[in-house]
Amino acid sequence: MKHVYRILVPVVLLVALVAVAGCKKKHQAQPLPNETAPPATAPAPTAQISATPTSVSAGDQVVLTWRTTDATNVSIEGIGDVPTSGVKTVTPSVSTSYHLVARGEGGSADATARVTVNAPPAVAVPTNTMSAEEEFKANVQDIFYDYDTADIRSDAQATLSKDASYLTGHPDVKVVIGGYCDERGSNEYNISLGQNRAESAKNALVTAGVAAGRIRVISYGKEKPFCSESTEDCWQQNRRAGFTLDR
Amino acid sequence: MKALSRLLPLSAIALLVLLAPQLRPQDWVRTGTNLGNARIRLASADFKPVGSDPETPALKATFDATLYGDLASAGIFDLVSKSMLPQSTPGSPQEINVAQWSAAPASAEMVAFGALSSTSGKLVVYGWLFDARNTASPQVLGKQYNEASSQDMARTVAHRFADEIILRLGGGINGIAETKIYFVSSRTGTKEIWAMDYDGQNQHQVTHLGSISLSPRISPDNSRIAFASLDRGGWSVRMYSLDLGRLVSFPGGTASGSNQSPAWSGDGTKIAFSSSRSGDPEIWAADAGGGNLHKLTSFRGPDVSPTWNPRTNAQIAWVSGRTGLPQIYIMDQDGANIQRMTDGGYAISPSWSPNGQFLTFSWNRKYGPGAPGGQDIYVMDIASKRWMQLTHEAGSNDFPCWAPDGRHIVFERAIGGHSQIWTMLADGTEQHELTHGGSNFMPNWSWK
Repeated sequence: MKHVYRILVPVVLLVALVAVAGCKKKHQAQPLPNETAPPATAPAPTAQISATPTSVSAGDQVVLTWRTTDATNVSIEGIGDVPTSGVKTVTPSVSTSYHLVARGEGGSADATARVTVNAPPAVAVPTNTMSAEEEFKANVQDIFYDYDTADIRSDAQATLSKDASYLTGHPDVKVVIGGYCDERGSNEYNISLGQNRAESAKNALVTAGVAAGRIRVISYGKEKPFCSESTEDCWQQNRRAGFTLDR
Repeated sequence: MKALSRLLPLSAIALLVLLAPQLRPQDWVRTGTNLGNARIRLASADFKPVGSDPETPALKATFDATLYGDLASAGIFDLVSKSMLPQSTPGSPQEINVAQWSAAPASAEMVAFGALSSTSGKLVVYGWLFDARNTASPQVLGKQYNEASSQDMARTVAHRFADEIILRLGGGINGIAETKIYFVSSRTGTKEIWAMDYDGQNQHQVTHLGSISLSPRISPDNSRIAFASLDRGGWSVRMYSLDLGRLVSFPGGTASGSNQSPAWSGDGTKIAFSSSRSGDPEIWAADAGGGNLHKLTSFRGPDVSPTWNPRTNAQIAWVSGRTGLPQIYIMDQDGANIQRMTDGGYAISPSWSPNGQFLTFSWNRKYGPGAPGGQDIYVMDIASKRWMQLTHEAGSNDFPCWAPDGRHIVFERAIGGHSQIWTMLADGTEQHELTHGGSNFMPNWSWK
């Protein structure tokens, strides 16, 4: 008995489903001929898309701007469904045609914006190094010293631990620490003082886990000031340990 | 109220009395600058042009001006002003009327005179020095010079004759008219080593490294310049041969960190300098060839700017920041017997006098954040530690260096961001600016 039900139920259900679906299809089939001849009340959609700029290098950003009318469903190929009008930033790695399709009651429209991605220049290394340098600059901050001392200030401790965490996270990066002094005092004494500032910064990084072999120190004394006025503000700018990427 | 105002002056006096021991007069060190007490009144006559060579007047003008300048700046003469000289220009012992020169207004005790001629590319100068008070046997000195004719040679001959006079009348101490001053100039855009005559003439570039070069120190035999320069690895003590016109090796001068501020011993056999190769800037010494390197100081803090006692070559003065602000210290050449010389402030850049008795250095006695006061040149008597201030309220002064006569000091003065090289007598008088173009720093006076 059980066996009979097991076969019977699906069969009944299938028959019922086919019957219902068949009814539905009949209902929908009627408007179909209208697609080619839309009624006057449903205007045809319009679509526009533009890309700025239209020509970029790999990795550069492009702004897509689009606008449609009378559309209920808008999509951009490769991006998916999007609002009926909008702005989107994309970063194409190869030349791309952004194909926009707008569908509405009154039909569909499409528009295309082409972005040409130029091949990266033959010497790709400088571009990469530049960005590595920028990343380094953004993550490894200089520290500043009090007058006539190479002792690490408490505000410099915080900076140094951030510097150290970046450096420990990027074990391939090598760093040069430059020791700098303000204009007061002799060139010779300031080279020694700058040396001690650079060394104290190095020691702090080494203590924080950065391998000593990755760090080179050099004293610039008062020979390469960041600021050349005879004011305390300027002197403070010049009393520093400056971090740069070593190559 | 009245009582208070009466009390105030009293307390001020009491304060002065309390401070008096510190205010003991130590503002005058007279001996050892070789200046003597009474200056000899000397007349320097214009030399007599001989012959009709068209170059003679220009050569004679250069010669006369140079000789007059040398004698005027020697520091031992009361030079008779040109307007008080007799009208005559004696060209030989036969032509001079000594009484004319010893009489007022010239009132000269000594007269320098002579003749100059230029014939077919040859410069011939006869020079005499006469004692105007000794009419019986007035000649002190007679010299003849035969050289190729040029403006440079007219200057050189004048310097030689001036030095002969200064040697005779200055207690046997050689004159400095033929000495050179080495310095740093940034006038080409980078700091390079330059040289000039002691009077600022003949300025010319020595190094062309395109980096930063500092602290030139000429060897006692005038053959080599030790200096410091920056490259990718930091500061190295380098050696430039004036004989070869190029850099020569100085093995001990390059090591990690800052190696700088070299100093020759007076016998030219040793060089002391500052090196941070042990992790902290210390004073090191080496043979002049760069070998036998050894460390003299061991104390945390900057140790820099050594200078040897040029008389004994057994002591070194230097700058140390071991107690905070930099101070001047002296020690034996093996690092023993360290003695602090300055009692505070900010003291840098010592130079040891040729007679071994004095230090000159740059000192800012009121140094500190926000404190007023200048960075001035001082001279200190080493035995008593008594000092006197040589420069006053004129720019920021640094890098004093003794001339070999012990009478003169050359130094750097920065006014409004521009440094120039100045000279003065070792008592602070007769300050003259030697350089004018660009910025010029760190002068070093040759040993002879």
